[in-house]
Amino acid sequence: MMVVAVVALARSRNLFAVVVLAGAYSFLMATVLVALDAVDVAMTEAAVGAGISTVLFLGALYLCRSEEAKPAHRPLIPFALAVSTGALLVYGSLGLPDFSDPQAPIHTHVAPRYLNDGPQETGVPNVVTAVLASYRGFDTFGETTVVFTAGVGVIVLLRRRRKDKNKES
Amino acid sequence: MSALASHFSYAVTIFLLVAGLFIIIARGNLIKKMVGLSIFQTSVFLLYIVPGKLVGGTAPIVAPGFQVYSNPLPHVLILTAIVVGVATLALGLALAVRVHEAYGTIEEDEILERDAAS
Repeated sequence: MMVVAVVALARSRNLFAVVVLAGAYSFLMATVLVALDAVDVAMTEAAVGAGISTVLFLGALYLCRSEEAKPAHRPLIPFALAVSTGALLVYGSLGLPDFSDPQAPIHTHVAPRYLNDGPQETGVPNVVTAVLASYRGFDTFGETTVVFTAGVGVIVLLRRRRKDKNKES
Repeated sequence: MSALASHFSYAVTIFLLVAGLFIIIARGNLIKKMVGLSIFQTSVFLLYIVPGKLVGGTAPIVAPGFQVYSNPLPHVLILTAIVVGVATLALGLALAVRVHEAYGTIEEDEILERDAAS
């Protein structure tokens, strides 16, 4: 279903349909994440990916034209480039550990310590929250800085235009 | 055959990544490019989350009666990545709106034409 959504998305030229499909795609991704036991990530993806992103896209569409122009030439070079990248990645993925292999390096290094000692050290049973807010609090602080910077950038970009309009009128 | 089954998740990830990459390169519309970028991003989320899954495990919320948990570390990283992703998305869309103000279009070809004309 996700594959169908993505293919329809790439082919559709009506940008409104594209945005709605992208929202549906985000919800599908959220359900996949639930199936992969990543409940916190799924909740964020549903709220941010399907909610805020869609609102942002619709806002941008409101300010721009919502119809995409027909491409002037057939996209053969991008297609070849994308396919060759995919082939390279498939070749690379053959060296990766099997799905759900308990002996994979990802399960043997840092994670067991968090899972064993985290609840006692922080008093939070949800290990994701414990790591995010307690062990790696500085990362979360940096993340807030990124969001703040982006917000400042958006305001600077869109405020200039209002001033110009005032000058014109 | 077993290699196909055990690496199916990687195949899905790679397909989404390639689709996102194709949309970014092939489409001239700036908003469409941003959609492609967010698809590319979700494929990276999958790339991180999938290895953390253990069959028979539960979500990493420690409770009595459960022994096997999925790896919490990629979840934390991807939570950060989602939020940073929406920040870049907002900035990119603001830039697209600004380009629309300046050029009256968000098609790459028409923008380049106009630059060549002036």
